[in-house]
Amino acid sequence: MPNGVAVHADPHGVADHAHAHHPALQHHFQTLEQQHEASTLGMWIFLVTEVMFFGGLLMAYLLYRVWYPTAWSEGSLELDIYLGGFNTVVLIGSSLTMAFGVRAAQTGEQKATVRWLLLTIALGLTFLVVKGFEYHHKYELNHIPGPNFHFEGPFASQVEIFLSLYFGLTGLHALHMIIGCVMMGVITWMAHKGRFSPEWYTPVELAGLYWHFVDIVWIFLFPLLYLVDRAHQLS
Amino acid sequence: MLSGIPLFPEQASTIAPQVDNLYFFITAVTAFFALLVVVFVTVFAIKYRDRTGEKVGEPIHGSIPLEIGWSIIPFLISMVIFAWATVVFFQIVRAPDQTLEIYSTGKRWMWRFQHIDGQSEINELHVPLGRPVKVTFTSEDVLHSLYFPAFRVKADAIPGRYSSVWFTPTKTGEFHLFCAEYCGTQHSGMIGKVVVMEPNDYQAWLSGGGGLTMAARGEQLFQQLGCVSCHLPDGAGRGPSLGGKFGEQQLLGNGSTVTVDDAYVRESILTPQMKLAAGYQPLMPTFQGLVNEEGVMSLIEYIKSLPPSGQTAAAAQAGAAPAAIEQGGSK
Amino acid sequence: MTTTILPRVNYLNVRHSVGSWLFTKDHKRIALLYLGVVTVAFFLGGIFAAGVRIELTTPEGDFVSADTYNRLFTMHGIAMVFFVLIPAVPAILGNFVLPLAIGAKDVAFPKINLLSWYVFVIGFLFTLAAMMFGGVDTGWTFYTPYSTSASNSNVMLTGIGVFITGFSSILTGLNFMVTIHRMRAPGMTWFRMPLFVWALYATSLVQILATPVIAITVGMLALERALGFGIFDPRLGGDPVLFQHLFWFYSHPAVYIMILPPMGVISEVIACFSRKPVFGYSFVAFSSLAIAVFGFLVWAHHLFVAGISPYSAMVFSFLSFAVAVPSAVKTFNWTATLYKGAIWWQAPMIWVFGFLGLFLVGGLTGLFLASLGLDVHLHDTYFVVAHFHYIMVGGAIMGYFAGLHYWWPKITGKMYSNSAATLAALLVFVGFNLTFFPQFILGYLGMPRRYHVYADEFQVLNVMSSAGASLLGIGYALIGSYLVYSIFRGKAAGANPWRATGLEWQTESPPIPENFVETPIVTEGAYEYVKRETKVA
Repeated sequence: MPNGVAVHADPHGVADHAHAHHPALQHHFQTLEQQHEASTLGMWIFLVTEVMFFGGLLMAYLLYRVWYPTAWSEGSLELDIYLGGFNTVVLIGSSLTMAFGVRAAQTGEQKATVRWLLLTIALGLTFLVVKGFEYHHKYELNHIPGPNFHFEGPFASQVEIFLSLYFGLTGLHALHMIIGCVMMGVITWMAHKGRFSPEWYTPVELAGLYWHFVDIVWIFLFPLLYLVDRAHQLS
Repeated sequence: MLSGIPLFPEQASTIAPQVDNLYFFITAVTAFFALLVVVFVTVFAIKYRDRTGEKVGEPIHGSIPLEIGWSIIPFLISMVIFAWATVVFFQIVRAPDQTLEIYSTGKRWMWRFQHIDGQSEINELHVPLGRPVKVTFTSEDVLHSLYFPAFRVKADAIPGRYSSVWFTPTKTGEFHLFCAEYCGTQHSGMIGKVVVMEPNDYQAWLSGGGGLTMAARGEQLFQQLGCVSCHLPDGAGRGPSLGGKFGEQQLLGNGSTVTVDDAYVRESILTPQMKLAAGYQPLMPTFQGLVNEEGVMSLIEYIKSLPPSGQTAAAAQAGAAPAAIEQGGSK
Repeated sequence: MTTTILPRVNYLNVRHSVGSWLFTKDHKRIALLYLGVVTVAFFLGGIFAAGVRIELTTPEGDFVSADTYNRLFTMHGIAMVFFVLIPAVPAILGNFVLPLAIGAKDVAFPKINLLSWYVFVIGFLFTLAAMMFGGVDTGWTFYTPYSTSASNSNVMLTGIGVFITGFSSILTGLNFMVTIHRMRAPGMTWFRMPLFVWALYATSLVQILATPVIAITVGMLALERALGFGIFDPRLGGDPVLFQHLFWFYSHPAVYIMILPPMGVISEVIACFSRKPVFGYSFVAFSSLAIAVFGFLVWAHHLFVAGISPYSAMVFSFLSFAVAVPSAVKTFNWTATLYKGAIWWQAPMIWVFGFLGLFLVGGLTGLFLASLGLDVHLHDTYFVVAHFHYIMVGGAIMGYFAGLHYWWPKITGKMYSNSAATLAALLVFVGFNLTFFPQFILGYLGMPRRYHVYADEFQVLNVMSSAGASLLGIGYALIGSYLVYSIFRGKAAGANPWRATGLEWQTESPPIPENFVETPIVTEGAYEYVKRETKVA
């Protein structure tokens, strides 16, 4: 054996064996803390990739908005600000219930955790249902981009681009919501089975990070899509 | 036997020698550095070779002065190349003021060239020797790229936009013309030749074709499409008078200004509401689908040919219009 | 020193069932799973390339039809870029070596690691399906509006394949980044990490930040093609060039996903076979990061003739020259590492010499293309084709083979024939130059790329190129044969056949499933060859 690396009996290993292994500790980590830190960092990095993911669409949005401001304003006025506003409130509410859920998991209140998580899922589903109504309305008006697209006005083509981006952005967001709801379901079930404890509730925390991220995306999408030229409309 | 291998393309434009000089310079610089590294690697690899694999090398960890040196020197040299190349580039993209204008459209899989005097040709382009030529072009379907290797210029043809290349031919003869941007099945068949002729021969060639000039064809379209009913020469119509507007600044409804150039005229025909001239109502319908790219180019030529409104507009109009109508009628 | 008898159980023989491979969470086995798929893709890509080269031996289109030819070069590009170059070094060698090199038992998220292999395979199957059901003809660049409205080939299936594969790359990058941050053995400080690990870190950064953009861009393309959404559609006022911006915002950094890890491999191999530390360790390490960061700022140099403003072209040209500097710094440092070394001419080192020669040409010809005035002429000609093959094949693939030869004894526990490997390296080097050097000349002569039929005067150089390609093919076939042979008949390698530093060489070959019997504790830098040797003496 070269000298560069001394191979010792690992004191941590011994220490770990002295305690009983936490059931959630995976074999390749030394400690629960290391595992928690790795998971959290992983989630943050994942969210960075998500930012870039939405970033591509937002880049297209920005460019065309600069080129076609009038079409953007016309397209935006087609969106239902009340339903959009309602959904915004619903999502912000779900972020709050999510935060309560994480808090409950942290303090080891199993029943409260399950309750808050279920409420979060309910709010998420509400959002999706409302979104579904909005999409359906667009469908009835032939405002879905594509061969059947119909829009009155001189900027019909550019409004079609706006609506393409609207469906792209909100569709992608909705997809994230659906994934989020499924993930929440799994976490809730795990919480219900008592898998979490104050020492280890990483999945709840990570699900929370993801959920807040999806909310924040909406907080950007709502003004960018619904409120482009509303001030103009009010005045 | 090796003499059969071409190593260097023909130089047939004023810009070509400049591009080639730059090419030689970069080749010399890079060859020098490549050789330098190759020599060092070879010498070290042989000189310090150890067949046993038992010895160790000297534990040299690095040298800050060397690191700084071989960061800064390549950077400075690359800046020389950058500066030189940028100067050449601006000569390539900036056409001189007085050029012979030719319009072109690319579509799968051919190039159509339209001379102002009325000649049009497919996959062949005749140009005079020694005169700056500017080809303005667009694509009717997918991306293409108009490439003249002997002139060392190319630009992509993008649907919905105008691109241009310019060159001053310095050699008579026939040279390649390629599509350089992949465009589907017959991409490699979207080729042709550019024929550089003595100016006299060119004039003779031009007059051989006949047909209407682009401006005259533009005027016909201007009548047929009904543009004339709003864009009255005296400015009293529902649309602005177009005389003398080309190349000028136009104030827009939203307070900004725009230069009236090929792109603006094209946009105003196809999406009229986009940049509305100040003081006019958004009444003009789109002409998308009613006029093709070549028609738009003809309209641009017509608008270019209009004299400024007010000053003897009627007279100029009287001169040009009947002639065009006659020609149109005689067809 | 530990003198415990090393266990006879290793990661290869610990279990034998198919399921134990398909559901393994061991990074070493996952590396081999990747090796399998990448090798298939490399073979496929090679077949397509052979088709292209056979067609181009004559100026006429006599071997295959134009449509077939367009499919051949497209599928060659897609197979090679997305399923060979991007995964080769990070997903195969990185997966195998990274945890070993930092003294970890595994990557941070072994399940995600396996998941990313499955995602990769699913993406590959979609792409394969696209290839089998008639292929795709858009060029690997998928430029709009051709890809959205004109092409009648399997753009959707391929797009889905690429989209899915992107997530494999993202997950691998994420996994590696967390692994490097959180899984290092005690004493393994950042500046004791092997340079390969630094290179993987820089690569992960690019994978994480750039790959999502291609995913969403391909997604937009799919929406437009399948549902008629109009995002890049010029008929609606959309901008086809925006697609190019987004595409290259990923695909230029992706070039660094392909070349940074092989650069890391070169640092490892060069240090080992020169028996001394890499010259300017921290400069080499930081140049990887510099390349990763600058790599994001140069995408528009692919658009110099696509109608962007000449002033922005100027800025992007400047930045492209700037990104050349860190690559130059690396090359100079590698050269300086050889100085006063004890250079042991073993096969991996021969591959490194090949890499140095080819990468040098590839990098320097990049300067021609970064030069605005020259790029107008060279853009979309064979000069570009030659340039990126020198970087991608001469650089990335040579580096991959250097690494594969270097770690092969560790991966399999067997030694291959050194002379056969040296011969293969020579064949590939000569064959490669014969294939691609003539293409520089073709490019300057003005032969556009992606041409099925070409002008007669280009034939001689094309024939040279095709002749070289067959030599290249023989070289690659040779590698396959002696490596496979070594698995069955090779001599046992022992834990450290190259007498290299690095934690991966401290454990048995092939390594035990848990990598190390006991977690190693690191007390010094990555390449302390001298200290070790003096103590032995």
